[in-house]
Amino acid sequence: MAFEYAPAPESRSVVEIASSYGLFIDGEFREASDGKVFKSVSPSSEEVLSEVAQASAEDVDAAVKAARKAFEKWSTLPGSERAKYLFRIARIIQERSRELAVLETLDNGKPIRETRDADLPLVAAHFFYYAGWADKLSYAGFGPNPRPLGVAGQVIPWNFPLLMLAWKIAPALAAGNTVVLKPAETTPLSALFFADICRQAGLPKGVVNILTGDGSTGAALVAHEGIDKVAFTGSTAVGKQIARTVAGTDKKLTLELGGKGANIVFDDAPIDQAVEGIVNGIFFNQGQVCCAGSRLLVQESIQDELLDALKRRMSTLRVGDPLDKNTDIGAINSAEQLARITALADSGEAEGAERWAPACELPSHGYWFAPTLFTGVTQAHRIAREEIFGPVLSVLTFRTPAEAVAKANNSQYGLSAGIWTEKGSRMLAVADKLRAGVVWANTFNKFDPTSPFGGYKESGFGREGGRHGLEAYLAPSSPEGERK
Amino acid sequence: MADVTASEGTLRRFLHGLPGVDPVGLEARAATLGTRSIKTTAKAYAIDLAISMIDLTTLEGADTPGKVRALCGKALNPDPTDRGTPRTAAVCVYPDMVATAVEAVQGSDVKVASVATAFPAGRAALPVKLADTKDAVAAGAHEIDMVIDRGAFLSGRYLEVFEEIKAVKEVCGNARLKVIFETGELSTYDNIRRASWIGMLAGADFIKTSTGKVAVNATPANTLLMLEAVRDFRELTGVQVGVKPAGGIRTTKDAIKFLVLVNETVGEDWLDNHWFRFGASSLLNDLLMQRQKLSTGRYSGPDYVTVD
Repeated sequence: MAFEYAPAPESRSVVEIASSYGLFIDGEFREASDGKVFKSVSPSSEEVLSEVAQASAEDVDAAVKAARKAFEKWSTLPGSERAKYLFRIARIIQERSRELAVLETLDNGKPIRETRDADLPLVAAHFFYYAGWADKLSYAGFGPNPRPLGVAGQVIPWNFPLLMLAWKIAPALAAGNTVVLKPAETTPLSALFFADICRQAGLPKGVVNILTGDGSTGAALVAHEGIDKVAFTGSTAVGKQIARTVAGTDKKLTLELGGKGANIVFDDAPIDQAVEGIVNGIFFNQGQVCCAGSRLLVQESIQDELLDALKRRMSTLRVGDPLDKNTDIGAINSAEQLARITALADSGEAEGAERWAPACELPSHGYWFAPTLFTGVTQAHRIAREEIFGPVLSVLTFRTPAEAVAKANNSQYGLSAGIWTEKGSRMLAVADKLRAGVVWANTFNKFDPTSPFGGYKESGFGREGGRHGLEAYLAPSSPEGERK
Repeated sequence: MADVTASEGTLRRFLHGLPGVDPVGLEARAATLGTRSIKTTAKAYAIDLAISMIDLTTLEGADTPGKVRALCGKALNPDPTDRGTPRTAAVCVYPDMVATAVEAVQGSDVKVASVATAFPAGRAALPVKLADTKDAVAAGAHEIDMVIDRGAFLSGRYLEVFEEIKAVKEVCGNARLKVIFETGELSTYDNIRRASWIGMLAGADFIKTSTGKVAVNATPANTLLMLEAVRDFRELTGVQVGVKPAGGIRTTKDAIKFLVLVNETVGEDWLDNHWFRFGASSLLNDLLMQRQKLSTGRYSGPDYVTVD
């Protein structure tokens, strides 16, 4: 008899989702000015979770005005006072982490193991980390008395809804800015719960405003003239649009966009751990990670051995109900994303790469894609160049370290890379030559609030996290304010 | 594989050519598997499997025939309130207690394992170690748990370690040989991987983490590493080798974590007491209490399981 794991579902009863949610403007929830709403569905079951307001241009205006008004007081509070609010928010997040983890899993489709063990601990850690900076800004390396920028308009993606919110809001508030944040259309709920946490923490009205909506809301927000700073995480296509919108204004801009990370495995790598790193690199969050290790560059001499091990490991991945505590791979976030992944994977086959996926039964409802591997991929294939943003790994080979570096850098993106070798000198030499914002060595997809994150080339500019992350929300001190 | 062990040089080159182990990654993988949630029917299956995999052990200077007979009674009938409870795989004793144990378990499928080769330190001359082993085998031991010469290993005399295991294996006759590395003394994961290969190349039927007599004994990480070694060895040679974590596994929760490691690393071929064992003593009572809880819905207590 085989060792079959009985279902071990996390309880849904820890979270209460209302049937509808309004916009969070000036400390109050309110309906959209034109009364429009849209639905948020659970990607693993297609069940409608709630109805949320679709913010209009008028609502954007109201939110920006509220943030502007709140900025006057918030920016002049002593840093130690702002820190108190951020510490309080961090603690409430920890206290409510189980509830938020279940909510995030329901709304996003990712496994509870990830929201519980990765997303939520990192969310709290970000608020704790930037709370610590709030009264030390004069020592952050931006001059003796750096000033906040004003109102930040922030647009975040659906892959790590609450974590991306934390990356945006924590440094902005610590530096004395106020924010208007738009969560992704498919994952609005955790941001609305965060709005509730702001009220619970007694955060002054208008410091954080949350506007739910689709791309038109985001476009109205970044174009609004009352915004001093735009921060966006999402696709390179939308990032380019935003850059065009912002061009010619005095808005500061940071963009964190797509990626096509190379995970480079040398013949002297710790093989078993490299296999884990490859799996974690491309199947974490169903591969819907901008810094995913979506290109595996393996030294030709160990190709067979490594691929056998990788396939064996992929066969043990548990795909299914995201709320089951033993699930490794959950649902794709939306029908639209599933269609994109499917189309790109099909192009891989059409262009001659060899497709492999372990035998696994996918649920009949919801959006699902089996973990997939392509071998025989060359630099000329679409699946080696375009960001798939799904659980699809393209395997390429190399012969020498120089070739590995050349292939890894031969991409329009430059967000992440991984190096696997037991030889320290090789690790350092290769890391030095990779044009990627984050280079992991003998690990992958490790995040920490103290470490800056961001990209080169079409992966964007600006850094989030660490001391560097403050720079995006501060103006260096100068004799007299040259900004409004 | 014979050319690998042809000389000290070839063996060293082979062992140092094995893939390195990244400790952070290994421990992270073991920890992740430790978060598996094993409930209801899966838990019941795992508890019975774990009981059937125990080498119920007493290795004390104060051991007496009475104590050993009590231990054997427990192995044969772990839970007097439920005769359907599986028996343990074996009892594990010092060589001079083998005859007593063999008599006590006679007629059952419970095996008698004996430690040997100057357990636990292994600091004796080879003829003494061989005599120790022969003595246990002659007394009827079905299984021999030997210790490797950690001193020889740590000073790089790999061939000496190999030859010694081979010599012990030869005098084992039909008894299955478990080779104890004392992973806590080998200290690095690279060493544990190399020692595993030396043991398997020399003919070990089982590779075993520890004696239970040092500070660090079986851990999820070192057991995961040894499972990877037996998996790779079978792939290369077709020969299957068992794994026995020993020492420090005291709770049902711990035991289930180890079974998850087995399940997701080497799979069902090893989910059998012919291929996987727990070296433990207090673990059994915790498993029995959890088993009673599953069948009655209530926690009993230490007075509802037997002391041995």
